[in-house]
Amino acid sequence: MRFLKGKKPQKSLYELQEEATEQNKTLKKSRRAGSNRRDRRGKRISVLYLLPSILGVLLFFVLPFLIVIYYSVIDNPINGEFVLFDNFVMVFNNAAFKQAAKNTLMFSATAVPLAVVLSMLLAMMLESKIPFKSQFRTFFLSPMMVPIASVVLIWQVLFHYNGMMNEIIGWFGKDKVDWLNSAYAQVVIVVLFLWKNLGYNMILFMAALSSIPKDILEVAVLESASPFQIFWHIKLRYMSSTILFVTIMSLINSFKVFREIYLLKGDYPYDTMYMLQHFMNNTFGKLDYQKMSAAAIMMAVVMVVIIGILFITENYFGKDVEG
Amino acid sequence: MMGKRIGTGRNGKKRQFIDLVMSEDRWNKQVKRKKKLRDTRKIVKVSLVTLFAACFAVLFLMPIVLTITNSFMSASEISANYGQVFATTDTGGKVYISERVNLKFIPDLVSFSQYITVLFKSPEYLLKFWNSVILVVPIVGFQLLVAMGASFGFTRYRGRIKEMIFFVYIILMLMPYQVTLVPNYLVSDWLHILDTNWAIWLPGVFSPFAVFLLTKYMRRIPVSVMEAAQIDGAGEWQIFQKICMPLCKGAMCSVAILIFIDYWNMVEQPLILLSDPEKHPLSVFLSKINAGEIGLAFAVATIYMVPPILVFLYGEDYLVEGITYQGGIKG
Repeated sequence: MRFLKGKKPQKSLYELQEEATEQNKTLKKSRRAGSNRRDRRGKRISVLYLLPSILGVLLFFVLPFLIVIYYSVIDNPINGEFVLFDNFVMVFNNAAFKQAAKNTLMFSATAVPLAVVLSMLLAMMLESKIPFKSQFRTFFLSPMMVPIASVVLIWQVLFHYNGMMNEIIGWFGKDKVDWLNSAYAQVVIVVLFLWKNLGYNMILFMAALSSIPKDILEVAVLESASPFQIFWHIKLRYMSSTILFVTIMSLINSFKVFREIYLLKGDYPYDTMYMLQHFMNNTFGKLDYQKMSAAAIMMAVVMVVIIGILFITENYFGKDVEG
Repeated sequence: MMGKRIGTGRNGKKRQFIDLVMSEDRWNKQVKRKKKLRDTRKIVKVSLVTLFAACFAVLFLMPIVLTITNSFMSASEISANYGQVFATTDTGGKVYISERVNLKFIPDLVSFSQYITVLFKSPEYLLKFWNSVILVVPIVGFQLLVAMGASFGFTRYRGRIKEMIFFVYIILMLMPYQVTLVPNYLVSDWLHILDTNWAIWLPGVFSPFAVFLLTKYMRRIPVSVMEAAQIDGAGEWQIFQKICMPLCKGAMCSVAILIFIDYWNMVEQPLILLSDPEKHPLSVFLSKINAGEIGLAFAVATIYMVPPILVFLYGEDYLVEGITYQGGIKG
């Protein structure tokens, strides 16, 4: 019979398998080579997209920073003699710098956590079913729109020695407080900061809360978890990256508060309001670049450490929840 | 006693046992009563929370309302309320030396005199307003453009080097403006753009802030979407234009609002980089208004508030929607 005659010597199963894997390998290799080529091309193009921004940042942000570093290790711009850490030691022993660093640290350490916690509370308050939710949202965001100058004006009126706050305190039979020229000054600034930033932070948290998968919450309720447990084990976990984000944003904004303090009280405010930015601003005014640069570098180092810690904590805390 | 367990009780609270003897009727009544109790409790809770929120809202709204209502007061009423003397101290700060500072919400007599002064009698205010627009609008537009490209670059083909650069961006973004104040001045001087609008525009356009926000958002877009497009033969430009741009619309709007509000209120940069007061934006001018012009300050501030409010009303939904994913993104 024809088909018997023409029968080719049959390959064993093993041989077939061998052949298939061989084929597969070459196929994969060629595909990988192709994707490699495409990848490399894509990579190059993606760098092109980055380029304008990187060039600009180099020119207007990194280069200035390098200049700052240079200034911090020379004795003065004209001589240009290399003195290594002299400026740092000098600044570090400067009483004004110490005061400023202490105040800035105190302010950020109180204002930022407060901003995070309070805005989270506000967000959860608005998350529970209350009427006029979107109106409240707009109201809480409204401080963002007020020009700084009028904020400063109103804050002065409120916290002036004969101002409204003291009048309200007077109703309760308390003594007047000179808000802006006493130890309370920092409280006033913290309140101003919170007033300005709570709304935006709150929106961030509201968004995070609404993106928590509903089924997980429902299961938790069915498993009779207490509201606190739900908050601690589920909501907080899912919000961890938002918390990091809000903390970073609050940190940025906590440095911007200088603008308000400056407009409120000028170059030399009351001791507890004297921030690092005042120090830098004043040393700049005196053309004392080395001091200013040394202070700036120290501040930058502290910032890097803080951000590093934040990222590590966030990684540790929220690693098992994706997204 | 024979007991039948009904439900496990919510939140692990008391478990209820009722006798089988209890009639269905009684049982229903009890359930109804409990439900009613729970309902009233809920209503009380919600109204308490609402009241609390309302109190907060009033506090938050007060400055805006004050600014607007006070702008309708006549100059004499303002000075009566806020003191006879509004002097400037030698440090540049403002101090009230009046006996009593009176905060008033409703003007005795609605007067447009402040507005007339601002709008018709002194053109300088409108000029400064225009300066603000000229300074801020290009920054917002081009910063968005540059940042979109950069965040696309940071999103595609992530590697160690890119992550490091991104971290540097975050650090730079966090630096207070005072740190780079002097060097910025020197660089602008070196580039011969000092005292021109370019000195404000260029650092603004390349600010890492928008890059950070947009990258955080764009990395949220599933990689598979872009890969699918790539397999279908889309080039990088097409992926950027057809996938990233439309998906990031909300984020772009929200970032634009944030940038706009931030730069609309800038004070330090123009003061240092623009020596010519003619070129200063209204924000600088507003913060310098002093003696006797406090009434004008309210009117100018109200006018100055109009663009942010418009931007806000137009984009608030975007702001909320655009942020929706930002928070949840893993860097």
